[in-house]
Amino acid sequence: MIRKSFLSMLGLFVASNVRADWALNMPKGVTDLSAETYGLHMMVFWWCVAIGLLVFGVMIISLVLHRKSRGAKAADFSHSMTAEIIWTAIPVVILLVMAVPAAETMVKLEDSRDPDISIVITAYQWKWHYKYQDEDIEFYSSLARPSLEARRKQSGIDPNAVDNYLLDVDRPVVVPRGAKVRLLLTSNDVVHSWWVPDLAIKKDAVPGIVNEAWFKVNEAGTYRGQCAELCGKDHGYMPIVVEVVEPDAFQAWVDTRKESAEQVASTQ
Amino acid sequence: MTTAVADAHDSHDEHGPAKGIGRWLFSTNHKDIGTMYLVFSLTMFFIGGAMALVIRSELAVPGLQFVHPEFFNSMTTMHALIMVFGAVMPAFVGLANWMIPLMIGAPDMALPRMNNWSFWILPVAFGILLSTLLMPGGAPASGWTMYPPLVLQTGDAFPFLIFSVHLMGISSIMGAINVIVTIINMRAPEMTLLRMPMFVWTWLITAYLLIAVMPVLAGAVTMLLTDQFFGTSFFLAAGGGDPVMFQHIFWFFGHPEVYIMILPAFGVVSEIIPTFARKKLFGHDSMVYAAASIAFLSFIVWAHHMFTVGMPLTGQMFFMFATMLIAVPTGVKVFNWVATMWRGAMTFETPMLFSLAFVFLFTIGGFSGLMLAIAPADIQYHDTYFVVAHFHYVLVPGSVFAIMAGAYYWLPKWTGHMYNEKLGKLHFWTSTIFVNLTFFPMHFLGLAGMPRRIPDYSTQFTDFNTIASIGAIGFGLSQLLFVGVVLSAWKGSKATDRVWEGSHGLEWTVPSPAPYHTWETPPKARVAGEAFE
Repeated sequence: MIRKSFLSMLGLFVASNVRADWALNMPKGVTDLSAETYGLHMMVFWWCVAIGLLVFGVMIISLVLHRKSRGAKAADFSHSMTAEIIWTAIPVVILLVMAVPAAETMVKLEDSRDPDISIVITAYQWKWHYKYQDEDIEFYSSLARPSLEARRKQSGIDPNAVDNYLLDVDRPVVVPRGAKVRLLLTSNDVVHSWWVPDLAIKKDAVPGIVNEAWFKVNEAGTYRGQCAELCGKDHGYMPIVVEVVEPDAFQAWVDTRKESAEQVASTQ
Repeated sequence: MTTAVADAHDSHDEHGPAKGIGRWLFSTNHKDIGTMYLVFSLTMFFIGGAMALVIRSELAVPGLQFVHPEFFNSMTTMHALIMVFGAVMPAFVGLANWMIPLMIGAPDMALPRMNNWSFWILPVAFGILLSTLLMPGGAPASGWTMYPPLVLQTGDAFPFLIFSVHLMGISSIMGAINVIVTIINMRAPEMTLLRMPMFVWTWLITAYLLIAVMPVLAGAVTMLLTDQFFGTSFFLAAGGGDPVMFQHIFWFFGHPEVYIMILPAFGVVSEIIPTFARKKLFGHDSMVYAAASIAFLSFIVWAHHMFTVGMPLTGQMFFMFATMLIAVPTGVKVFNWVATMWRGAMTFETPMLFSLAFVFLFTIGGFSGLMLAIAPADIQYHDTYFVVAHFHYVLVPGSVFAIMAGAYYWLPKWTGHMYNEKLGKLHFWTSTIFVNLTFFPMHFLGLAGMPRRIPDYSTQFTDFNTIASIGAIGFGLSQLLFVGVVLSAWKGSKATDRVWEGSHGLEWTVPSPAPYHTWETPPKARVAGEAFE
């Protein structure tokens, strides 16, 4: 009986995994800099693995061989200047090897000069406001209706039945492929943080301060993220969706946005 | 454990403990105060742990099942404040109270009445903090980092939060002053600074960190208070203030605070590994210099908590390089522990098992710390579960395991009885398995894009969250075994004075249980000299 219910639980677990992807690692992302960031992450990771194998390896050998139950007698040594110098100097060299490429990437991340388009992002509790600087387009972007209904406490709606649960918005931000997009971030109330993992951008939106970030996406697609700085009760419910489209599709989107904006203006 | 300490050896002593509750309320005895700190810490560990289980239950599957988002945020905030200021720090102060006088041959702490006060402030501070759970607007929910402007949206709890943080700070500062004065003035003759045991050394350095940064925290929260109630605009952009300035001040406290919670752990482990390897601590002096270097560096790395906040490039570069440097002295520590084990004659009693797990798992936390130092990568890691995994690895199998190791190591000295070794080992293995089950999957969640401090998540994060929640419940239940072990020390076999075959240091030359008063005359230089070496 117990075994049977255990097996059925296991079955449920496996079934639920059909949807899940067991993602283990940072995404490589879709910009040159997100790929560089991923590269840095992996480089440091492999250094850590190598150092870990060495240190843990020596430790495990010691734990196996140098135990009293095997008749080991404790040696008498308790210091060695040579050893201390070696294991101080070698890590310094390894750190230099890591620091150089990290600094290079850092410089590129901060270079938001000569953008093709600029978008002012203003964070609110709990939604984002986007304003295209040269296009007279602005709109709010908040959690999409299906997620909004399912997120309520004991809503009775299975989150697995909602597409992109908690990561979908009513109005995505649309940008052209291949353009250098500069983001100017600020906040209307508390500190928020605009994060899209595939773009490797996470930048705080701070009231009274305008922060800059930039990205240039090489392939069209939809990229999702969410607020990364605790901003109150609905912090978990202010997602970001960036739609990267071909340049002519972007122009068409801009035109329709303007037309609808004019219609709204003329009817008022 | 306390009664055993009291009644066994002090019948010949005119200055035995007072009777009844007065013994505890008015105590100026470092052993009694140490015991109170430790019991208080364990209580807070269970309260903070219960809050962690609320968090993990809500996160076990997607959707909102048990709590509202506001209350979820209160739980993450209170869990952190209680664990940091109520569980980990008081546990180390408790160990310091009990062991530093015994280890340096001093009759008590230098300032015994202040010692009493610094303890008794704590139940008041945490009583106030916990009472905010019942206040209109709920308990603080802005994260333990208390960033403005969000923290200014706290309800009636706000001034109580500030006041309780002030009290915790006062308690810590007084405790730190006491430790410094005791160590500097009350060492046995012949015990030069460099002959001090590592636990004493790391605590001396920790105490300096405490008196350097706790006033900074007090200043920061006082500015929050005046921004809220007295019309100032230190952190309010609308009045010309700067919200980011709070983050700078907070982390100038916050980063040394991290080492306040780990340096005494280094000390405990540095006492235990030599005992069970039956070999002297390798590189004692370089261990001291490494701890001091870590303490120095802790003051110049704070803004690595703020790589996404919009700092100038040069600032980011400086904080990245300075942070990476910390890996060097930390590496020296780990290498020296391994060298201590090398060609020793090891046995694996519970304190040693916890210490070994500390070395393995703290090092994993150190690796993720190195990864977090790399500023461009940190932009991806920042405020995700990767960070949650990192700091829980250094705090739970780091600090908490070291506290457990220390408790097992010195329990026979405190109570005069051996604890139940089988139960201790069971506690160790369940803790170690479940702690990894809880926190290892969080690395994956963070890398895959799950932010921290959210009550609900997108469905691709389900599996690892479920595993972490199962691990958390297992870890929580395992800690009940520890209570069983402590109780078992009342019935266990009589402990010898030395307790462990390889024990070293002055604390093992006094009887078990340690009499109510020890070292009324300082240990003879020869005895002491042998014990130090």
